[in-house]
Amino acid sequence: MLKYTIKRLLGTIPMLILISIVVFSLAKLMPGDSLSGEIDPLNTNPEYIEEMREKLGYNEPLPVQYFNWITGFVQGDFGKSTKYKTDVFDIIMEKVPNTLLLGVISLIITYILAFAMGMYSGRRPYTIGDNAIAGINYIMLAIPSFVAAVVAIYFFSFHLNWFPFGGSVDILIEKGSFEYYISKLHHVLLPALVLGAMGTASYTQFLRNDIIDNSRKDFVRTARAKGTPIRKIYNVHILRNSIIPLVTFLGFDFAALIGGAIITETIFTYPGIGMLFLDSVTSRDYPTLMALTMLLSFLTLAGNLIADLLYGVVDPRIRLD
Amino acid sequence: MSAKNTSITQTPILQVENLQTGFKIDGDFHNAVEGVSFEVKRKQIVGVVGESGCGKSVMSLSIMQLLPTGIGKIRGGEVKFEGKNISSLSDKKMNNIRGKDISMIFQEPMTSLNPVFTIGYQIEEVILNHEKISKKEARLRSVSLLKSVGIPRADKIVDEYPHQLSGGMRQRVMIAMAIACQPKLLIADEPTTALDVTVQAQILDLLKGIQEANDMAIILITHDLGVVAEICDEVLVMYAGKIVEKATVDELFNNPKHPYTDLLMKAIPRMDEDVEVLATIDGLVPSVMNMPEVGCRFANRCPSAMPECLTVTPKLGEVASHHETACLLYDESWPEGTKPYREGASMA
Ligand SMILES: Nc1ncnc2c1ncn2[C@@H]1O[C@H](COP(=O)(O)OP(=O)(O)O)[C@@H](O)[C@H]1O
Ligand code: SF4
Ligand SMILES: [Mg+2]
Repeated sequence: MLKYTIKRLLGTIPMLILISIVVFSLAKLMPGDSLSGEIDPLNTNPEYIEEMREKLGYNEPLPVQYFNWITGFVQGDFGKSTKYKTDVFDIIMEKVPNTLLLGVISLIITYILAFAMGMYSGRRPYTIGDNAIAGINYIMLAIPSFVAAVVAIYFFSFHLNWFPFGGSVDILIEKGSFEYYISKLHHVLLPALVLGAMGTASYTQFLRNDIIDNSRKDFVRTARAKGTPIRKIYNVHILRNSIIPLVTFLGFDFAALIGGAIITETIFTYPGIGMLFLDSVTSRDYPTLMALTMLLSFLTLAGNLIADLLYGVVDPRIRLD
Repeated sequence: MSAKNTSITQTPILQVENLQTGFKIDGDFHNAVEGVSFEVKRKQIVGVVGESGCGKSVMSLSIMQLLPTGIGKIRGGEVKFEGKNISSLSDKKMNNIRGKDISMIFQEPMTSLNPVFTIGYQIEEVILNHEKISKKEARLRSVSLLKSVGIPRADKIVDEYPHQLSGGMRQRVMIAMAIACQPKLLIADEPTTALDVTVQAQILDLLKGIQEANDMAIILITHDLGVVAEICDEVLVMYAGKIVEKATVDELFNNPKHPYTDLLMKAIPRMDEDVEVLATIDGLVPSVMNMPEVGCRFANRCPSAMPECLTVTPKLGEVASHHETACLLYDESWPEGTKPYREGASMA
């Protein structure tokens, strides 16, 4: 397993290089550059702009520019944000914990909802309960996340006053105290609920169908012939098999969650990677944008690796070596 | 051929009376088992033969109440285990019988075990379902069970997964599981059909050995009369959901009556011949959707069919001691008052 992991990690290097070239090229292809996003070209001395371009290395040949960027990048020097004037690395690191928290909590919510509904439906297919669950799921799937987010804020924050309107923590609380973490949790819950509910439908229906499939398998008949109660057959024999394909989902979700968080974070003004991403797009903060894109690509690859490793853990038929 | 001097006075372990089992297809029930009656005495091995699709599996699943839920249903008759009707027991009550009093092994050793649990877990499960013992004791039991069914390195195999074993080994594991609680009756549904010929013989020997050691009764389902000759005491021949002939093994082989049995005998694969010349029977078993309402269900394939075979439904009747058949060629198979008088013609 260790050997396999190392092999896979080494295998991702050419992939990452390729991605970095694409990211770099795209950034260069986009109209304007960090400078034109930062200053007003009509009101600035052209000589100053030229000077700055020279200083930032924008006049070097492209391969040189790429080389400079990537060598800095692998050493943790993601460049300076043209908007915030500080290191991109620091900006990202400040937001990562928030997004991680949001991602994990929303994933937990997805899993709890999906397992509860999927297991119920899978055991009683084509009943009223199953159809009701399918109905709820399709509605959740059909509602755009920004609508869901706005409705949630209106209802739970504005009307019921259960949750804050935005942010990731109350500003007056001392960092690191118990109240601080409670406040963080309080802030993350509503966006996580919206984000988590969005992912639930596909998980639920997938789990339901897999449970129905597995319930027709020969090993279920064997378990029944042994006198195993039907409840245990579903909760142990079948579920243990149906978890296996779900693990692949987890790998994709890893990166997809952050993608999905862009809208949710922005509407909830939750200061995470997603909001930063949108922010850096609108302000043409290319160093930040490039670093974030690289981060997302890396997470996608890491997610796939984690999924494959988990696959080996949950399915005894798969040997990783 | 084995001893069949089982005393007639024994109380049967299993009595099946007029069993009717149907499947819901497009909203209507169609019987796959139609009025089957037989009994199994203690320590007896009863063979059930018939081509694929004759209702052998449905019959055995009915006994265990393992029919696919919602689709398959016992629609009439009774199944009595040790004299007690079990065909209307709740699933919960049946669970006390399944795996303990009656257990079952299936045709497909490759898929019958759960791929994600160890062999040990799956054997221990049946023990823990029925006995109050610790997991540790159950583990010891499963190792000795594996040894008793001839699995080498049993103490290692308990921690392995089904995919690490061959088909023959998996069927041994299934047998170990089935005998773990020393059931009084084992239903083996084509236990050797999916296996190599040499492995088949080993598994049959194993079953026979266990049956003798544990005083267990066996219902052995097969489509191979050769297997029946090998180890059974009595035989039921099934065709299209009905029993068409019922006899002791010696009687059946020396004196087969039903034309279907006759054809099955000709289809026994001969291992002493280089080429397996398998005389197959022309035509197909009618599907549950289009069973003939009246007449003999074998009529469209029967070499001896008569006009009456299409209009008169034959009944099981005794043709010799311990030998019944349902064919109009034999006097007793005619339902009362339906036999036409034919001058000078002998029906048999
Ligand atoms: N789940 C099912 N749904 C509908 N028909 C079935 C089902 N299972 C079995 N049957 C029908 O019942 C008949 C008997 O099948 P089976 O008992 O499996 O035959 P055998 O075991 O003798 O080969 C067949 O005609 C088969 O098509
Ligand atoms: S009753 Fe008629 S058709 Fe049926 S087996 Fe006998 S002779 Fe053949
Ligand atoms: Mg069968």
